[in-house]
Amino acid sequence: MDVILFLVFAIIAVVCAINVVVQAHPISSAVSLVGVMGSLAVLYLLLGAEFLAAAQVIVYAGAVMVLFVFVIMLLNAGAESRKGHSLMVQVLAVPLLVTLLGLLAYIVQRIYRSDTTVHFGGFTHGTPQDVGRALFTGYLLPFEVTSILILIAILGAIVLARKEID
Amino acid sequence: MAEIPIAWFLTLSAVLFVLGVAGFLFRRNIITVFMSIELMLNAVNLSFVAFSYQLKQVDGNLFAFFVMVVAAAEAAVGLAIILTVFKNRSTLNIDEVETMKN
Repeated sequence: MDVILFLVFAIIAVVCAINVVVQAHPISSAVSLVGVMGSLAVLYLLLGAEFLAAAQVIVYAGAVMVLFVFVIMLLNAGAESRKGHSLMVQVLAVPLLVTLLGLLAYIVQRIYRSDTTVHFGGFTHGTPQDVGRALFTGYLLPFEVTSILILIAILGAIVLARKEID
Repeated sequence: MAEIPIAWFLTLSAVLFVLGVAGFLFRRNIITVFMSIELMLNAVNLSFVAFSYQLKQVDGNLFAFFVMVVAAAEAAVGLAIILTVFKNRSTLNIDEVETMKN
């Protein structure tokens, strides 16, 4: 059952990710990216990260992607042209990508050996209670710094979006 | 076999990351390039959560949470920059934004 669940949502994630890369129109890419994020939320649940699965749906698939779709519609972004890749991209990109994937797969399969297997309910410390307790004790300083980062980002976004830069 | 090896999650994460890099390299639309970055961040988050499961500790979840927060901040600022670029250049093609190249 767990294996079927994993395979179904892993395939959805990979297909949607391929769709993000190959679709010519940005809005199609954005919708595909929502699919990737939704299936990743299910995989988080499978791994016992309940809080993170909820945050993934609300923050990523909800807030961030709505922001993307707003900007795409605001700028009236059309389909991009297929031509105009530089020679270096045409020649080197695919071999380098295959090398990167091979290297990562090699590290995962050979060098990083682990007998750990995942089943639903095998890790129960990802609840909001556990995450909140860790966040406000051991990780209090990073949490506060992150809140300041968010404040700066909000101010920066407002200033950038309002001001005309000559 | 009722249980999933943890390596499958890491392999899925690697595949998603490489697809994100592919989008970053191949696409010419600045918004799609930005979405490829989000895809890469998501792939790394999956690795964090998988390691959190393996080590039976909540720390991996917290790292993924911080990545999520920083990605949200980055999206807000990045999209504001894209708006400003479009206002000044009237284009979203990254090949036409080349002032620093010359």
